[in-house]
Amino acid sequence: MQAFTHLNALVAPMDRANVDTDAIIPKQFLKSIKRTGYGPFLFDEWRYEDRGEPEMDCTHRPKRADFVLNQPRYQGAQILLARENFGCGSSREHAPWAILDYGFSCVIAPSFADIFYNNCFKNGILPIVLDDAIVDQLFKECAAVEGYRLDIGLQTQSVTTPSGHSFGFEIEAFRKHCLINGLDDIGLTLQEADSIKSYEANRQQSAPWLF
Amino acid sequence: MGQTLFDKVWQQHVVKQNDDGSVLLYIDRHLVHEVTSPQAFEGLRLTGRKPWKASAAVATPDHNVPTTDRAMGITDAVSRAQVEALDANCAEFGITEFGMNDVRQGVVHVMGPEQGLILPGMTVVCGDSHTSTHGAFGSIAMGIGTSEVEHVLATQCLIQKKPKVMRISVNGALPAGITGKDVALFIIGKIGTAGGTGFALEFAGEAIRSLSMEGRMSLCNMAIEAGARCGMVAVDDVTLAYVKGRPYSPKAEDWEKAEAMWRELYSDADAEFDAELAYETSEIVPQVSWGTSPEMVLPVTASVPDLATAKDEVQREGWQRALQYMGLEANTPIVDITIDKVFIGSCTNGRIEDFRAAATIVKGKKVAANVKLALAVPGSGLVKQQAEAEGLDVIFREAGFEWREPGCSMCLAMNADRLEPGERCASTSNRNFEGRQGMGGRTHLVSPAMAAAAGIAGHFVDIRDWS
Repeated sequence: MQAFTHLNALVAPMDRANVDTDAIIPKQFLKSIKRTGYGPFLFDEWRYEDRGEPEMDCTHRPKRADFVLNQPRYQGAQILLARENFGCGSSREHAPWAILDYGFSCVIAPSFADIFYNNCFKNGILPIVLDDAIVDQLFKECAAVEGYRLDIGLQTQSVTTPSGHSFGFEIEAFRKHCLINGLDDIGLTLQEADSIKSYEANRQQSAPWLF
Repeated sequence: MGQTLFDKVWQQHVVKQNDDGSVLLYIDRHLVHEVTSPQAFEGLRLTGRKPWKASAAVATPDHNVPTTDRAMGITDAVSRAQVEALDANCAEFGITEFGMNDVRQGVVHVMGPEQGLILPGMTVVCGDSHTSTHGAFGSIAMGIGTSEVEHVLATQCLIQKKPKVMRISVNGALPAGITGKDVALFIIGKIGTAGGTGFALEFAGEAIRSLSMEGRMSLCNMAIEAGARCGMVAVDDVTLAYVKGRPYSPKAEDWEKAEAMWRELYSDADAEFDAELAYETSEIVPQVSWGTSPEMVLPVTASVPDLATAKDEVQREGWQRALQYMGLEANTPIVDITIDKVFIGSCTNGRIEDFRAAATIVKGKKVAANVKLALAVPGSGLVKQQAEAEGLDVIFREAGFEWREPGCSMCLAMNADRLEPGERCASTSNRNFEGRQGMGGRTHLVSPAMAAAAGIAGHFVDIRDWS
């Protein structure tokens, strides 16, 4: 997994609440057996006029001019600014895969759906929860200033605006450790193999039907 | 102080408590399907890892499988490759699979309980958000992403932070015409799609106790639509009667021992919850969703909302977008909304009781002329077999329904079953998101009886008035 330490990047605003994983990556793209290649289909139904199909070439597909990611000013954005309950719906990890493949590595929102939030960390994406009022302010600043960037420090757990305002955010220590070091947590869990075996031995005594 | 049901099950599965408050949680059962597993198996191959306990995992293909005649196989090459990848991965890693032509194949959340693979007090995971279904058995059942599918395959554990626990009581007897699905939609309408975020929900109260296991599964299935990590119902005689005698449930002495343990799976009288909500069944009317989020739901007796009644700007914008997408005018009575298609099935409502309820409504009647397609898709091969033994397939066919092979079908339209742009569907599934049942498709979530009645009338009707 790619490590996340610090990011200073262009921000794209996704100004709607309850953005679900069906919107982030529609179901037809879930047929792939790969982890990559979902970026061109991120927000497919909102982004293009036609119906997308897996493996199609998106270069010449008609784009919806009013969709935010199609606007020239947001090209190259690596930070997605979003509203409450972002990533609700299914558990599909194809949603963070598409977000990452498109080029985003940080999503800021007042709240996230649990499974999506969890899935982000497994893929080197930093999901940041900030207060509603702060997110509101960032949306306003982002709309007002073309080329609006934010500076994200994971070590310092801070989001800093171009005018120098800094906001702190919370993150679980273990998740932070894994993200900063790009760690594979399966390897870490397997270091506990003896604990798992001993748990199983006990459990087999009390609930033999599970083994 | 007493313990909650959730705490009891959680505590029994803690392998190790970590310093940061998270735990290494042991997973008893892992259900696997074709969509969220190929990259996890690939991960095992790339790292040279083997399943920690292959017997804990059971697989079946469901999302991609055709619901029409399967003699021809899967015609869509991409879907076929994914189902074949599941077959190959299960063979390679020694995982039991009920393949596409096995009578036990079905929607993973219908197949699991039916086989006795889901037992009270278990921890259950699956790379699918509707894994919450299995909390109906007093188990902790959570949807996970593909990275965690790989993690569970490799270690039989997950790193988890304990969620808060919320009890939602539904008091009073359930009136006729009100199902587990209506209770679920009613609760989501009250607390919203993020109302359960960060919580494990326990559903309690007289109304919940009176639900069959099928009804409890429909309810817990939708816990994820309230944003919850999982939903649970305490174990009682109804649970035990359902589990007993199934192929994978314990037998003889093991059963005796298991039953004694399982009877402890309820929240103690003095258990404390992080949050509590209570509703009366007298408040609950058959539910119909009108918008593009499960929280956009109303009693069938109501009308599509007026933007002026939105609580804030974010909700007003959400409603406006939903009205436009759904092609609805504010203040239209729900019963005046006409439909183009009907879908009865899914992990929410694809069980035998659901088809019995729908068949009662359509028996001796015909689907309305404006309804282009009415689909009845059993949740599993065994549900199909049972329904056919009871003659339900004949009732559906005579009413103008198509009687199909089991799978996820038009719940998410990964196979050929889908809505065309602008088509409106009365659906027993769980999500009414934009494009969920097909690009531009318009979904209204309802119970099986409500979907069946809408199919016959051509528009939504209050099932309590059905004759």
